[in-house]
Amino acid sequence: MCILDLRQQFPILNRMVKGKPLVYFDNAATSQKPQVVIDALTHYYTHYNANIHRGIHTLAEEATMAYEATRRTAQEFIGALHEEEIIFTRGTTEGINLVAYTWGRQNIGTGDEILISGMEHHSNIVPWQILCEEKGAVLKVIPVNDNGELSIDAYKALLSNKTKMVSVVHVSNSLGTVNPVKEMILAAHQVGAKVLIDGAQSAVHLDIDVQEMDCDFFAFSGHKVYGPTGVGVLYGKKELLEAMPVFQGGGEMIKEVTFEKTTYNDLPYKYEAGTPNIADTIALKAALDFIKETGKPAIRAHEEELLAYATAQLQAIPGLTIVGTAKEKVSLVSFVIKDIHPQDVGVLLDNQGIAVRTGHHCTQPLMARFGIPGTIRASFALYNQKEEIDALITGLHKTIKMLS
Amino acid sequence: MNIKPILEIEKEIIEDFALFDSWEDKYEYIIDMGKKLPVLEDEHKLNENKIKGCQSTVWLVASYNDGRVFFKADSDAVIVKGLISMLIKVLSGHTPTEIIDARLDFIGEIGMMTHLAQTRSNGLLSMIKQMKNYAIAFQSIGNQKTDHK
Repeated sequence: MCILDLRQQFPILNRMVKGKPLVYFDNAATSQKPQVVIDALTHYYTHYNANIHRGIHTLAEEATMAYEATRRTAQEFIGALHEEEIIFTRGTTEGINLVAYTWGRQNIGTGDEILISGMEHHSNIVPWQILCEEKGAVLKVIPVNDNGELSIDAYKALLSNKTKMVSVVHVSNSLGTVNPVKEMILAAHQVGAKVLIDGAQSAVHLDIDVQEMDCDFFAFSGHKVYGPTGVGVLYGKKELLEAMPVFQGGGEMIKEVTFEKTTYNDLPYKYEAGTPNIADTIALKAALDFIKETGKPAIRAHEEELLAYATAQLQAIPGLTIVGTAKEKVSLVSFVIKDIHPQDVGVLLDNQGIAVRTGHHCTQPLMARFGIPGTIRASFALYNQKEEIDALITGLHKTIKMLS
Repeated sequence: MNIKPILEIEKEIIEDFALFDSWEDKYEYIIDMGKKLPVLEDEHKLNENKIKGCQSTVWLVASYNDGRVFFKADSDAVIVKGLISMLIKVLSGHTPTEIIDARLDFIGEIGMMTHLAQTRSNGLLSMIKQMKNYAIAFQSIGNQKTDHK
Protein backbone atom coordinates (compact mmCIF):
# COMPACT_ATOMS: atom_id res chain seq x y z
CA MET A 1 0.00 0.00 0.00
CA CYS A 2 1.61 3.23 -1.15
CA ILE A 3 0.34 6.13 0.93
CA LEU A 4 1.47 8.78 -1.54
CA ASP A 5 -0.49 7.07 -4.33
CA LEU A 6 -3.51 6.79 -2.06
CA ARG A 7 -3.28 10.45 -1.08
CA GLN A 8 -3.40 11.36 -4.77
CA GLN A 9 -6.88 9.89 -4.88
CA PHE A 10 -8.19 12.32 -2.26
CA PRO A 11 -8.26 15.76 -3.92
CA ILE A 12 -9.12 17.62 -0.71
CA LEU A 13 -5.77 16.66 0.79
CA ASN A 14 -4.10 19.11 -1.58
CA ARG A 15 -5.78 22.12 -0.08
CA MET A 16 -4.24 24.69 2.19
CA VAL A 17 -5.81 25.84 5.45
CA LYS A 18 -4.81 29.25 6.78
CA GLY A 19 -1.78 29.18 4.51
CA LYS A 20 -0.58 25.76 5.66
CA PRO A 21 -1.04 22.32 4.11
CA LEU A 22 -4.11 20.62 5.59
CA VAL A 23 -3.47 17.96 8.21
CA TYR A 24 -6.79 16.19 8.57
CA PHE A 25 -7.11 14.30 11.84
CA ASP A 26 -10.90 14.42 12.24
CA ASN A 27 -11.57 11.18 10.44
CA ALA A 28 -13.69 9.72 13.21
CA ALA A 29 -16.16 12.55 12.57
CA THR A 30 -16.12 12.05 8.83
CA SER A 31 -13.53 10.73 6.42
CA GLN A 32 -12.51 12.47 3.22
CA LYS A 33 -13.72 11.11 -0.11
CA PRO A 34 -11.66 9.52 -2.85
CA GLN A 35 -12.09 10.72 -6.44
CA VAL A 36 -14.00 7.52 -7.36
CA VAL A 37 -16.75 8.46 -4.89
CA ILE A 38 -16.93 12.05 -6.14
CA ASP A 39 -16.99 10.73 -9.72
CA ALA A 40 -19.78 8.27 -8.93
CA LEU A 41 -21.95 11.12 -7.66
CA THR A 42 -21.25 13.31 -10.69
CA HIS A 43 -21.68 10.41 -13.09
CA TYR A 44 -25.09 9.56 -11.68
CA TYR A 45 -26.40 13.12 -11.94
CA THR A 46 -24.80 13.62 -15.35
CA HIS A 47 -25.88 10.39 -17.00
CA TYR A 48 -28.69 8.43 -15.36
CA ASN A 49 -30.50 10.46 -12.71
CA ALA A 50 -33.96 8.90 -12.34
CA ASN A 51 -36.30 7.70 -9.64
CA ILE A 52 -35.78 4.04 -8.91
CA HIS A 53 -37.82 0.84 -8.82
CA ARG A 54 -40.96 1.97 -10.64
CA GLY A 55 -39.92 3.57 -13.90
CA ILE A 56 -39.73 1.37 -16.96
CA HIS A 57 -37.53 3.67 -18.95
CA THR A 58 -33.78 3.19 -19.45
CA LEU A 59 -32.63 5.81 -16.94
CA ALA A 60 -34.82 4.38 -14.19
CA GLU A 61 -33.53 0.91 -14.94
CA GLU A 62 -29.90 2.00 -14.80
CA ALA A 63 -30.42 3.94 -11.58
CA THR A 64 -32.25 1.01 -9.99
CA MET A 65 -29.50 -1.39 -10.96
CA ALA A 66 -26.79 0.85 -9.53
CA TYR A 67 -28.76 1.40 -6.33
CA GLU A 68 -29.32 -2.32 -5.81
CA ALA A 69 -25.69 -3.05 -6.66
CA THR A 70 -24.73 -1.04 -3.58
CA ARG A 71 -26.97 -3.28 -1.49
CA ARG A 72 -25.09 -6.36 -2.66
CA THR A 73 -21.74 -4.69 -2.03
CA ALA A 74 -22.85 -3.65 1.46
CA GLN A 75 -24.07 -7.18 2.11
CA GLU A 76 -20.64 -8.49 1.20
CA PHE A 77 -18.91 -5.70 3.16
CA ILE A 78 -20.46 -6.86 6.46
CA GLY A 79 -20.97 -10.52 5.61
CA ALA A 80 -24.78 -10.58 5.74
CA LEU A 81 -26.49 -13.79 4.68
CA HIS A 82 -29.29 -12.17 2.68
CA GLU A 83 -29.35 -9.11 0.46
CA GLU A 84 -32.69 -8.03 1.90
CA GLU A 85 -31.14 -7.76 5.36
CA ILE A 86 -29.48 -4.54 4.17
CA ILE A 87 -31.70 -1.51 4.82
CA PHE A 88 -30.52 1.85 3.56
CA THR A 89 -30.84 4.64 6.12
CA ARG A 90 -29.54 8.18 6.52
CA GLY A 91 -26.81 6.90 8.81
CA THR A 92 -26.09 5.08 12.05
CA THR A 93 -28.37 7.36 14.06
CA GLU A 94 -31.36 6.61 11.89
CA GLY A 95 -30.57 2.89 11.98
CA ILE A 96 -30.63 2.83 15.79
CA ASN A 97 -33.78 4.93 15.89
CA LEU A 98 -35.45 2.59 13.41
CA VAL A 99 -34.80 -0.42 15.65
CA ALA A 100 -35.84 1.40 18.84
CA TYR A 101 -39.01 2.66 17.19
CA THR A 102 -40.11 -0.58 15.50
CA TRP A 103 -38.59 -3.60 17.25
CA GLY A 104 -38.55 -1.67 20.51
CA ARG A 105 -42.20 -0.68 20.45
CA GLN A 106 -43.22 -4.21 19.62
CA ASN A 107 -41.02 -6.03 22.11
CA ILE A 108 -40.33 -3.76 25.07
CA GLY A 109 -42.78 -3.55 27.95
CA THR A 110 -43.02 -2.25 31.51
CA GLY A 111 -40.13 -3.37 33.67
CA ASP A 112 -38.08 -4.72 30.77
CA GLU A 113 -34.44 -3.72 30.72
CA ILE A 114 -32.30 -2.28 27.94
CA LEU A 115 -28.54 -2.37 28.40
CA ILE A 116 -26.19 0.17 26.90
CA SER A 117 -22.62 1.01 27.89
CA GLY A 118 -21.05 4.01 29.56
CA MET A 119 -19.15 4.88 26.38
CA GLU A 120 -22.13 5.24 24.04
CA HIS A 121 -22.57 8.08 21.59
CA HIS A 122 -25.70 10.10 22.32
CA SER A 123 -27.24 8.39 19.26
CA ASN A 124 -27.15 5.10 21.12
CA ILE A 125 -28.51 6.57 24.36
CA VAL A 126 -31.35 8.90 23.47
CA PRO A 127 -33.46 6.57 21.24
CA TRP A 128 -33.51 4.01 24.07
CA GLN A 129 -34.31 6.64 26.69
CA ILE A 130 -37.29 7.74 24.61
CA LEU A 131 -38.43 4.12 24.33
CA CYS A 132 -37.94 3.43 28.05
CA GLU A 133 -39.92 6.51 28.96
CA GLU A 134 -42.76 5.51 26.69
CA LYS A 135 -42.88 1.88 27.80
CA GLY A 136 -41.91 2.15 31.46
CA ALA A 137 -38.77 0.14 30.76
CA VAL A 138 -35.42 0.56 32.49
CA LEU A 139 -32.15 1.68 30.90
CA LYS A 140 -29.08 0.13 32.51
CA VAL A 141 -25.48 1.10 31.87
CA ILE A 142 -22.41 -1.15 31.66
CA PRO A 143 -19.62 0.62 33.56
CA VAL A 144 -16.33 1.75 31.99
CA ASN A 145 -13.02 1.21 33.81
CA ASP A 146 -10.17 3.72 34.11
CA ASN A 147 -8.51 2.43 30.95
CA GLY A 148 -11.71 3.08 29.01
CA GLU A 149 -12.70 -0.56 28.71
CA LEU A 150 -16.04 -2.11 29.52
CA SER A 151 -16.15 -4.24 32.62
CA ILE A 152 -17.30 -7.56 31.20
CA ASP A 153 -17.95 -9.06 34.64
CA ALA A 154 -20.19 -6.12 35.49
CA TYR A 155 -21.90 -6.56 32.12
CA LYS A 156 -22.64 -10.21 32.76
CA ALA A 157 -23.94 -9.35 36.22
CA LEU A 158 -26.36 -6.85 34.67
CA LEU A 159 -27.79 -9.42 32.27
CA SER A 160 -30.96 -11.17 33.39
CA ASN A 161 -34.16 -12.51 31.92
CA LYS A 162 -35.47 -8.94 32.16
CA THR A 163 -32.86 -7.83 29.61
CA LYS A 164 -34.54 -7.54 26.21
CA MET A 165 -31.99 -5.51 24.27
CA VAL A 166 -28.27 -4.87 24.52
CA SER A 167 -27.17 -1.96 22.34
CA VAL A 168 -23.45 -1.28 22.44
CA VAL A 169 -20.83 0.49 20.45
CA HIS A 170 -18.29 -1.69 18.66
CA VAL A 171 -15.54 0.95 18.74
CA SER A 172 -15.73 4.02 20.98
CA ASN A 173 -15.63 7.28 19.04
CA SER A 174 -14.15 9.11 22.02
CA LEU A 175 -11.56 6.59 23.24
CA GLY A 176 -10.91 4.22 20.36
CA THR A 177 -11.64 1.19 22.54
CA VAL A 178 -12.65 -1.96 20.66
CA ASN A 179 -15.28 -3.77 22.69
CA PRO A 180 -15.39 -7.59 22.82
CA VAL A 181 -18.73 -7.68 21.07
CA LYS A 182 -18.69 -11.35 20.13
CA GLU A 183 -18.43 -12.42 23.74
CA MET A 184 -21.03 -9.83 24.74
CA ILE A 185 -23.47 -11.00 22.08
CA LEU A 186 -23.13 -14.62 23.15
CA ALA A 187 -23.84 -13.69 26.78
CA ALA A 188 -26.85 -11.58 25.79
CA HIS A 189 -28.31 -14.37 23.68
CA GLN A 190 -28.02 -16.75 26.62
CA VAL A 191 -30.59 -14.66 28.49
CA GLY A 192 -32.72 -14.24 25.37
CA ALA A 193 -31.83 -10.61 24.67
CA LYS A 194 -31.29 -9.15 21.21
CA VAL A 195 -28.15 -7.19 20.40
CA LEU A 196 -27.59 -4.08 18.31
CA ILE A 197 -24.01 -3.15 17.46
CA ASP A 198 -23.26 0.50 16.69
CA GLY A 199 -20.67 0.11 13.97
CA ALA A 200 -20.23 3.80 13.13
CA GLN A 201 -16.51 3.70 14.02
CA SER A 202 -15.73 0.04 13.48
CA ALA A 203 -16.96 -0.50 9.92
CA VAL A 204 -14.05 1.41 8.40
CA HIS A 205 -11.30 -0.18 10.50
CA LEU A 206 -12.27 -3.73 11.42
CA ASP A 207 -13.33 -6.75 9.38
CA ILE A 208 -17.06 -7.00 9.89
CA ASP A 209 -18.82 -10.34 9.66
CA VAL A 210 -22.29 -10.05 11.13
CA GLN A 211 -22.91 -13.78 10.83
CA GLU A 212 -19.78 -14.70 12.71
CA MET A 213 -20.45 -11.95 15.27
CA ASP A 214 -24.07 -13.17 15.44
CA CYS A 215 -25.43 -9.69 16.23
CA ASP A 216 -29.12 -9.12 15.58
CA PHE A 217 -28.66 -5.59 14.25
CA PHE A 218 -25.64 -3.68 12.99
CA ALA A 219 -25.68 -0.03 11.95
CA PHE A 220 -23.04 2.08 10.19
CA SER A 221 -22.70 5.34 8.27
CA GLY A 222 -21.50 5.85 4.71
CA HIS A 223 -19.62 9.07 5.38
CA LYS A 224 -17.24 7.44 7.86
CA VAL A 225 -16.23 4.75 5.34
CA TYR A 226 -14.99 7.21 2.68
CA GLY A 227 -18.52 7.43 1.27
CA PRO A 228 -21.01 10.30 0.98
CA THR A 229 -22.96 11.84 3.83
CA GLY A 230 -26.66 11.08 4.17
CA VAL A 231 -26.55 7.35 3.57
CA GLY A 232 -26.02 4.49 5.96
CA VAL A 233 -26.82 0.86 6.42
CA LEU A 234 -28.88 -0.99 8.96
CA TYR A 235 -28.41 -4.72 8.99
CA GLY A 236 -30.98 -6.88 10.75
CA LYS A 237 -31.51 -10.61 10.84
CA LYS A 238 -34.17 -11.44 8.29
CA GLU A 239 -36.61 -13.09 10.68
CA LEU A 240 -36.47 -10.07 12.98
CA LEU A 241 -36.91 -7.53 10.18
CA GLU A 242 -39.85 -9.51 8.84
CA ALA A 243 -41.59 -9.63 12.20
CA MET A 244 -41.00 -5.98 13.05
CA PRO A 245 -43.65 -3.34 12.39
CA VAL A 246 -43.02 -0.69 9.74
CA PHE A 247 -41.08 2.51 10.48
CA GLN A 248 -42.25 5.26 8.14
CA GLY A 249 -45.21 5.05 5.81
CA GLY A 250 -45.24 6.28 2.24
CA GLY A 251 -44.29 5.27 -1.25
CA GLU A 252 -41.97 2.34 -1.96
CA MET A 253 -42.75 0.57 1.34
CA ILE A 254 -46.26 -0.49 0.28
CA LYS A 255 -47.65 -3.41 -1.64
CA GLU A 256 -51.20 -2.20 -2.04
CA VAL A 257 -52.99 0.84 -0.67
CA THR A 258 -56.70 1.23 -0.22
CA PHE A 259 -58.41 3.57 2.21
CA GLU A 260 -59.50 0.56 4.23
CA LYS A 261 -56.22 -1.30 4.48
CA THR A 262 -52.67 -1.09 3.24
CA THR A 263 -50.39 -4.05 2.80
CA TYR A 264 -46.67 -3.57 3.07
CA ASN A 265 -43.85 -4.37 0.71
CA ASP A 266 -41.33 -7.13 1.31
CA LEU A 267 -37.88 -6.61 2.76
CA PRO A 268 -35.87 -4.47 2.40
CA TYR A 269 -38.33 -1.98 0.84
CA LYS A 270 -40.67 -2.24 3.81
CA TYR A 271 -38.25 0.05 5.65
CA GLU A 272 -37.37 2.37 2.78
CA ALA A 273 -40.35 4.70 2.49
CA GLY A 274 -40.23 7.52 -0.04
CA THR A 275 -37.65 8.26 -2.69
CA PRO A 276 -34.36 7.29 -1.07
CA ASN A 277 -31.02 9.05 -1.25
CA ILE A 278 -30.27 7.49 -4.62
CA ALA A 279 -27.10 9.38 -5.58
CA ASP A 280 -25.31 8.94 -2.28
CA THR A 281 -26.34 5.30 -2.01
CA ILE A 282 -24.94 4.62 -5.48
CA ALA A 283 -21.69 6.42 -4.61
CA LEU A 284 -21.40 4.41 -1.39
CA LYS A 285 -20.61 1.39 -3.54
CA ALA A 286 -17.56 3.16 -4.91
CA ALA A 287 -16.38 3.80 -1.33
CA LEU A 288 -16.86 0.20 -0.24
CA ASP A 289 -15.14 -1.07 -3.39
CA PHE A 290 -12.29 1.35 -2.71
CA ILE A 291 -11.81 -0.09 0.79
CA LYS A 292 -11.98 -3.64 -0.54
CA GLU A 293 -9.43 -2.96 -3.26
CA THR A 294 -7.08 -1.18 -0.88
CA GLY A 295 -7.52 -4.04 1.55
CA LYS A 296 -8.63 -3.74 5.16
CA PRO A 297 -5.62 -5.66 6.57
CA ALA A 298 -3.20 -3.28 4.85
CA ILE A 299 -5.21 -0.25 5.96
CA ARG A 300 -5.30 -1.53 9.51
CA ALA A 301 -1.57 -2.23 9.59
CA HIS A 302 -0.87 1.32 8.45
CA GLU A 303 -3.31 2.85 10.94
CA GLU A 304 -1.92 0.78 13.80
CA GLU A 305 1.52 2.09 12.98
CA LEU A 306 0.18 5.66 13.05
CA LEU A 307 -1.57 5.04 16.37
CA ALA A 308 1.55 3.58 18.00
CA TYR A 309 3.69 6.42 16.68
CA ALA A 310 1.22 9.13 17.76
CA THR A 311 0.76 7.55 21.18
CA ALA A 312 4.51 7.47 21.83
CA GLN A 313 5.03 11.04 20.59
CA LEU A 314 2.09 12.44 22.55
CA GLN A 315 3.07 10.70 25.78
CA ALA A 316 6.41 12.51 25.67
CA ILE A 317 4.71 15.91 25.94
CA PRO A 318 4.80 17.14 29.56
CA GLY A 319 1.36 17.56 31.13
CA LEU A 320 -0.39 15.55 28.44
CA THR A 321 -2.56 12.60 29.45
CA ILE A 322 -4.08 10.13 27.02
CA VAL A 323 -7.71 9.34 27.81
CA GLY A 324 -8.53 5.76 26.86
CA THR A 325 -5.68 3.30 27.13
CA ALA A 326 -7.52 0.10 26.30
CA LYS A 327 -5.53 -2.89 25.13
CA GLU A 328 -7.62 -3.11 21.98
CA LYS A 329 -7.85 0.23 20.20
CA VAL A 330 -8.37 1.52 16.70
CA SER A 331 -6.63 4.48 15.17
CA LEU A 332 -7.67 7.38 17.30
CA VAL A 333 -6.17 9.01 20.33
CA SER A 334 -7.95 11.28 22.79
CA PHE A 335 -6.02 13.40 25.24
CA VAL A 336 -6.12 16.28 27.68
CA ILE A 337 -3.40 18.75 28.66
CA LYS A 338 -2.99 19.95 32.22
CA ASP A 339 -4.55 23.38 32.89
CA ILE A 340 -5.46 23.89 29.23
CA HIS A 341 -8.99 23.74 27.81
CA PRO A 342 -9.36 21.44 24.77
CA GLN A 343 -11.14 24.18 22.82
CA ASP A 344 -8.15 26.51 23.07
CA VAL A 345 -5.95 23.77 21.66
CA GLY A 346 -8.39 23.15 18.79
CA VAL A 347 -8.47 26.85 17.82
CA LEU A 348 -4.68 27.23 17.83
CA LEU A 349 -4.09 23.96 15.94
CA ASP A 350 -6.59 25.07 13.31
CA ASN A 351 -4.49 28.17 12.77
CA GLN A 352 -1.64 25.81 11.95
CA GLY A 353 -3.73 23.91 9.39
CA ILE A 354 -4.35 20.95 11.70
CA ALA A 355 -7.92 19.68 12.03
CA VAL A 356 -8.64 17.81 15.26
CA ARG A 357 -11.89 17.42 17.14
CA THR A 358 -12.27 18.95 20.58
CA GLY A 359 -15.14 18.66 23.01
CA HIS A 360 -17.28 15.88 24.39
CA HIS A 361 -17.63 14.01 21.07
CA CYS A 362 -21.36 13.48 21.74
CA THR A 363 -20.47 11.27 24.70
CA GLN A 364 -21.21 13.57 27.64
CA PRO A 365 -21.81 10.74 30.16
CA LEU A 366 -18.40 9.28 29.28
CA MET A 367 -16.70 12.65 29.78
CA ALA A 368 -18.47 12.92 33.15
CA ARG A 369 -17.13 9.44 34.00
CA PHE A 370 -13.59 10.73 33.51
CA GLY A 371 -14.37 14.09 35.16
CA ILE A 372 -13.29 16.16 32.15
CA PRO A 373 -15.15 18.71 29.99
CA GLY A 374 -13.89 17.05 26.84
CA THR A 375 -10.79 15.89 25.06
CA ILE A 376 -8.68 16.71 22.05
CA ARG A 377 -9.08 13.86 19.60
CA ALA A 378 -6.83 13.01 16.67
CA SER A 379 -8.28 10.23 14.52
CA PHE A 380 -6.39 8.71 11.63
CA ALA A 381 -7.33 7.34 8.24
CA LEU A 382 -5.53 5.35 5.57
CA TYR A 383 -4.18 8.53 3.92
CA ASN A 384 -2.52 9.98 7.02
CA GLN A 385 1.25 9.96 7.39
CA LYS A 386 3.83 10.05 10.15
CA GLU A 387 4.96 13.47 8.93
CA GLU A 388 1.49 14.76 9.77
CA ILE A 389 1.78 13.40 13.30
CA ASP A 390 5.10 15.24 13.55
CA ALA A 391 3.27 18.40 12.47
CA LEU A 392 0.69 17.78 15.19
CA ILE A 393 3.38 17.37 17.82
CA THR A 394 5.17 20.54 16.71
CA GLY A 395 1.80 22.31 16.64
CA LEU A 396 1.00 21.13 20.15
CA HIS A 397 4.31 22.35 21.54
CA LYS A 398 3.67 25.76 20.00
CA THR A 399 0.07 25.75 21.27
CA ILE A 400 1.06 24.88 24.81
CA LYS A 401 3.73 27.59 24.79
CA MET A 402 1.20 30.19 23.62
CA LEU A 403 -1.32 29.19 26.28
CA SER A 404 0.97 28.99 29.28
CA MET B 1 -18.84 58.73 34.22
CA ASN B 2 -16.69 59.21 31.18
CA ILE B 3 -17.29 56.40 28.73
CA LYS B 4 -16.06 56.36 25.16
CA PRO B 5 -18.61 55.63 22.47
CA ILE B 6 -18.81 52.00 21.35
CA LEU B 7 -17.53 52.79 17.86
CA GLU B 8 -14.48 54.51 19.27
CA ILE B 9 -13.54 51.52 21.42
CA GLU B 10 -14.06 49.25 18.42
CA LYS B 11 -11.76 51.50 16.40
CA GLU B 12 -9.05 51.24 19.05
CA ILE B 13 -9.20 47.45 18.99
CA ILE B 14 -9.05 47.42 15.18
CA GLU B 15 -5.98 49.67 15.36
CA ASP B 16 -4.35 47.35 17.91
CA PHE B 17 -4.93 44.37 15.66
CA ALA B 18 -3.59 46.22 12.62
CA LEU B 19 -0.18 46.12 14.27
CA PHE B 20 -0.12 42.33 14.27
CA ASP B 21 1.20 40.65 11.17
CA SER B 22 0.81 37.04 12.27
CA TRP B 23 -1.97 34.90 13.68
CA GLU B 24 0.29 34.15 16.65
CA ASP B 25 0.41 37.82 17.64
CA LYS B 26 -3.36 38.15 17.32
CA TYR B 27 -4.05 35.13 19.47
CA GLU B 28 -1.40 36.03 22.02
CA TYR B 29 -3.19 39.37 22.41
CA ILE B 30 -6.54 37.61 22.86
CA ILE B 31 -5.06 35.08 25.30
CA ASP B 32 -3.51 37.94 27.22
CA MET B 33 -6.87 39.73 27.40
CA GLY B 34 -8.41 36.50 28.62
CA LYS B 35 -5.86 36.15 31.37
CA LYS B 36 -6.34 39.77 32.44
CA LEU B 37 -10.13 39.56 32.68
CA PRO B 38 -11.03 40.16 36.33
CA VAL B 39 -11.97 36.97 38.15
CA LEU B 40 -15.67 36.30 38.40
CA GLU B 41 -16.63 35.47 41.97
CA ASP B 42 -17.72 31.86 42.51
CA GLU B 43 -21.15 33.02 43.71
CA HIS B 44 -21.90 34.06 40.11
CA LYS B 45 -20.78 30.77 38.57
CA LEU B 46 -24.29 29.38 38.55
CA ASN B 47 -26.08 27.29 35.97
CA GLU B 48 -28.47 30.14 35.26
CA ASN B 49 -25.54 32.37 34.29
CA LYS B 50 -24.08 29.86 31.84
CA ILE B 51 -24.32 30.63 28.15
CA LYS B 52 -25.67 27.79 26.11
CA GLY B 53 -24.14 26.85 22.79
CA CYS B 54 -20.53 26.95 23.85
CA GLN B 55 -18.08 24.05 23.85
CA SER B 56 -16.47 25.66 26.84
CA THR B 57 -18.32 26.95 29.85
CA VAL B 58 -19.03 30.66 29.82
CA TRP B 59 -20.65 32.54 32.67
CA LEU B 60 -22.03 36.00 32.06
CA VAL B 61 -23.62 38.31 34.60
CA ALA B 62 -24.97 41.80 34.05
CA SER B 63 -25.97 44.61 36.34
CA TYR B 64 -27.90 47.79 35.63
CA ASN B 65 -26.86 50.98 37.28
CA ASP B 66 -27.79 54.55 36.53
CA GLY B 67 -29.12 53.72 33.10
CA ARG B 68 -26.03 51.74 32.12
CA VAL B 69 -25.34 48.02 31.77
CA PHE B 70 -22.22 46.44 33.27
CA PHE B 71 -21.03 42.98 32.36
CA LYS B 72 -18.80 40.48 34.12
CA ALA B 73 -17.85 37.12 32.69
CA ASP B 74 -15.60 34.12 32.94
CA SER B 75 -14.81 30.98 31.01
CA ASP B 76 -12.76 27.84 31.48
CA ALA B 77 -11.23 28.36 28.02
CA VAL B 78 -8.81 31.25 27.75
CA ILE B 79 -9.39 32.22 24.09
CA VAL B 80 -13.12 32.42 24.72
CA LYS B 81 -12.33 34.47 27.80
CA GLY B 82 -10.26 36.82 25.66
CA LEU B 83 -13.06 37.20 23.13
CA ILE B 84 -15.64 37.93 25.82
CA SER B 85 -13.18 40.30 27.46
CA MET B 86 -13.11 42.29 24.20
CA LEU B 87 -16.90 42.31 24.07
CA ILE B 88 -17.01 43.57 27.65
CA LYS B 89 -14.48 46.27 26.82
CA VAL B 90 -16.68 47.40 23.93
CA LEU B 91 -20.14 47.07 25.47
CA SER B 92 -19.90 47.35 29.25
CA GLY B 93 -20.95 50.68 30.73
CA HIS B 94 -23.19 51.68 27.86
CA THR B 95 -26.92 52.26 27.77
CA PRO B 96 -29.25 49.41 26.77
CA THR B 97 -30.08 51.17 23.51
CA GLU B 98 -26.41 51.60 22.59
CA ILE B 99 -25.76 47.92 23.31
CA ILE B 100 -28.81 46.75 21.34
CA ASP B 101 -27.82 48.90 18.36
CA ALA B 102 -24.12 47.95 18.39
CA ARG B 103 -23.18 46.29 15.09
CA LEU B 104 -19.85 45.03 16.39
CA ASP B 105 -18.24 45.16 12.96
CA PHE B 106 -14.83 45.08 14.62
CA ILE B 107 -15.11 41.28 14.98
CA GLY B 108 -14.90 40.91 11.21
CA GLU B 109 -12.29 43.63 10.90
CA ILE B 110 -9.89 41.87 13.25
CA GLY B 111 -10.38 38.55 11.48
CA MET B 112 -12.36 36.80 14.19
CA MET B 113 -15.42 36.18 12.00
CA THR B 114 -14.71 32.44 11.98
CA HIS B 115 -15.48 32.45 15.67
CA LEU B 116 -18.90 33.79 14.84
CA ALA B 117 -19.56 31.11 12.27
CA GLN B 118 -18.68 28.24 14.56
CA THR B 119 -21.77 28.81 16.62
CA ARG B 120 -21.94 25.36 18.09
CA SER B 121 -18.37 25.03 19.18
CA ASN B 122 -17.33 28.53 19.94
CA GLY B 123 -20.33 30.46 21.05
CA LEU B 124 -19.20 34.02 20.38
CA LEU B 125 -22.56 34.53 18.73
CA SER B 126 -24.31 33.16 21.82
CA MET B 127 -22.36 35.57 24.01
CA ILE B 128 -23.35 38.59 21.93
CA LYS B 129 -26.96 37.43 21.90
CA GLN B 130 -26.96 37.01 25.66
CA MET B 131 -25.41 40.46 26.21
CA LYS B 132 -28.03 42.02 23.97
CA ASN B 133 -30.77 40.08 25.74
CA TYR B 134 -29.65 41.59 29.04
CA ALA B 135 -29.74 45.03 27.43
CA ILE B 136 -33.27 44.42 26.15
CA ALA B 137 -34.39 43.28 29.61
CA PHE B 138 -32.84 46.32 31.29
CA GLN B 139 -34.30 48.61 28.66
CA SER B 140 -37.79 47.42 29.54
CA ILE B 141 -37.06 48.01 33.25
CA GLY B 142 -35.90 51.51 32.36
CA ASN B 143 -39.04 52.14 30.35
CA GLN B 144 -41.24 50.94 33.19
CA LYS B 145 -39.52 53.35 35.55
CA THR B 146 -40.12 56.17 33.12
CA ASP B 147 -43.78 55.15 32.83
CA HIS B 148 -44.22 55.38 36.58
CA LYS B 149 -43.01 58.95 36.76
